[in-house]
Amino acid sequence: MSMPNLRVRLFGIACLAIAIALPFYVSTYYTQFFAKALIMGMLAMSLNLVVGHGGLVSLCHAAFFGLAGYVLALLSPRYDAASLLTTLPVAILCSGTAALLIGALVLRTRGVYFIMVTLAFGEMLFFFFHDTKFAGGSDGISINIRPEIAVAGRQLLDLDKTMTFYFVVLGFLVGVIALLTMVVRSPFGRALAAARDNERRARSLGFPIFRLRLTAFTLSGALAGLAGYLAAAQFGFVAPQMLGWHQSATILVMVLIGGLRSVTGPLVGALVLIGMEEVLKAHLDNWKLVEGLIIIGIVILLPNGVRQIWSMVFGASPQRAAEIKPAAAEARHA
Amino acid sequence: MHDVALRAAGLQKRFGGLLAVSNVSIDIRAGEIHAVIGPNGAGKSTLINLLAGELLPTSGEVLLNGADITSLSPDRRARAGLGRAYQKTTLFAQFSVYENVRLAAQARSTTPLRMFGGTRCDRPYLQLVTDAIDRVGLSARSQIIADKLSHGEQRQLEIAMVLATNPRVILLDEPLAGMGPSEARGIIGLIASLKADRAVLVVEHDMDAVFELADRLTVMQDGRVIATGLPQDVRVDPGVRAAYLGADGGIA
Repeated sequence: MSMPNLRVRLFGIACLAIAIALPFYVSTYYTQFFAKALIMGMLAMSLNLVVGHGGLVSLCHAAFFGLAGYVLALLSPRYDAASLLTTLPVAILCSGTAALLIGALVLRTRGVYFIMVTLAFGEMLFFFFHDTKFAGGSDGISINIRPEIAVAGRQLLDLDKTMTFYFVVLGFLVGVIALLTMVVRSPFGRALAAARDNERRARSLGFPIFRLRLTAFTLSGALAGLAGYLAAAQFGFVAPQMLGWHQSATILVMVLIGGLRSVTGPLVGALVLIGMEEVLKAHLDNWKLVEGLIIIGIVILLPNGVRQIWSMVFGASPQRAAEIKPAAAEARHA
Repeated sequence: MHDVALRAAGLQKRFGGLLAVSNVSIDIRAGEIHAVIGPNGAGKSTLINLLAGELLPTSGEVLLNGADITSLSPDRRARAGLGRAYQKTTLFAQFSVYENVRLAAQARSTTPLRMFGGTRCDRPYLQLVTDAIDRVGLSARSQIIADKLSHGEQRQLEIAMVLATNPRVILLDEPLAGMGPSEARGIIGLIASLKADRAVLVVEHDMDAVFELADRLTVMQDGRVIATGLPQDVRVDPGVRAAYLGADGGIA
């Protein structure tokens, strides 16, 4: 193992250790806050499979996130807890299926058309939930009792405990990071990146581009569903705003802040954005203005995302440096 | 007589009012290099795009080893054994030489889209990758990012990528474009070695290279084939001399 690689692993282990220790040192409020931030990080990482690795800027990702939340809300009995072990797979399946269907249509377009068509499909789902009486309309719908993890009537984990919920989220997050890392490094992930860099060449080599991208889009939507389920379970409430383009754009900003070329970059981006909002909100009235200026500053100064700071401080491995430089040049030209 | 590996029959391509390729029939035989020449705008690039599947013909058909591939997409044709290199260098510019060639081999492997396990598992195709890189003479440069290669090296890499897909038919669109004489020599030798068990079609402007390489020659003008046959016959064809090589016909 090379030195930079070893350092990356040690850094990852240190981050995990901090994440595990965190709820023992902060108040319940901040444990909830970090659980929310990690869920948004999971959502941003799922989007980055399509945006960063697939080169497809999607503006309907929140739809898959919100859809899973609605599935939980609709499956939850009014005065009883839904079972996580049955409702979570259903929610992920619904989001994945929606992504498969929408992907099959939108992936026939390219570039700016792709962005517009994904936006249209996202808004279609938003207005479906917003303008019909189905599932509470524009008021949204409450989940009175959190889903429970129970086998044969015996509860295994009490998700009503803030700390337990936090650790469940952390567990899923580690699983998502492992899954995405494996996919990105697999032949599938390499082919996806190849099609991003040069679609024509990838096709002439024999890669079925449409199938490749549709698989990535579906997987990405299913993982967004996982995040949406957890978010709905945490807040106990779902509303159409959860599926809207505003939410999609926010996730995209997280991805841009964190950097497009890594699996965990968007997680860092989500933590930075949500953390920044929390701090600014507490101290400033016009916090949105300041937030906007900071985001513009980050994007101009760190075109590869805040993760770039890592390579500035520790020096990059030769391979990463080679990957980073062209990406920076690309960003400047854009 | 060699077998016909790739056959186009009555191929026609119309762009609005322009008939870019008109009733072109061509047979590319295994073990032969077949050169297509003609002035600019003769329809050579359109022909190669029709054969590779990037354009669909208005009429006519394309057969690969006797099977009709006229309506197959480029990726399906590639998997059926058709490899191509582009006129303008077309690489994965941000990836290393090795990764470019590895992706090419992966595309033709038995599990091109496997989602589990890394890319370095002991796969039979990894041997194909090192062989292809050796063959074009880029072994010492295999870890270099493709963008950083010289123009000539990028052309070599193009050919390595085509080789790694292990094609039965290779389409080369102006492989010598933009090359100095010494760089060109290396590529000419490489192209000559490609025909061993494959059929090669090459579109090229460099007449010296064409007459050195080609076993068979097709001359196009205004979208039509005006002559086809052995190089020595085509060279003296009066129609070709008049139309393409100029009335005084000074070719080497």
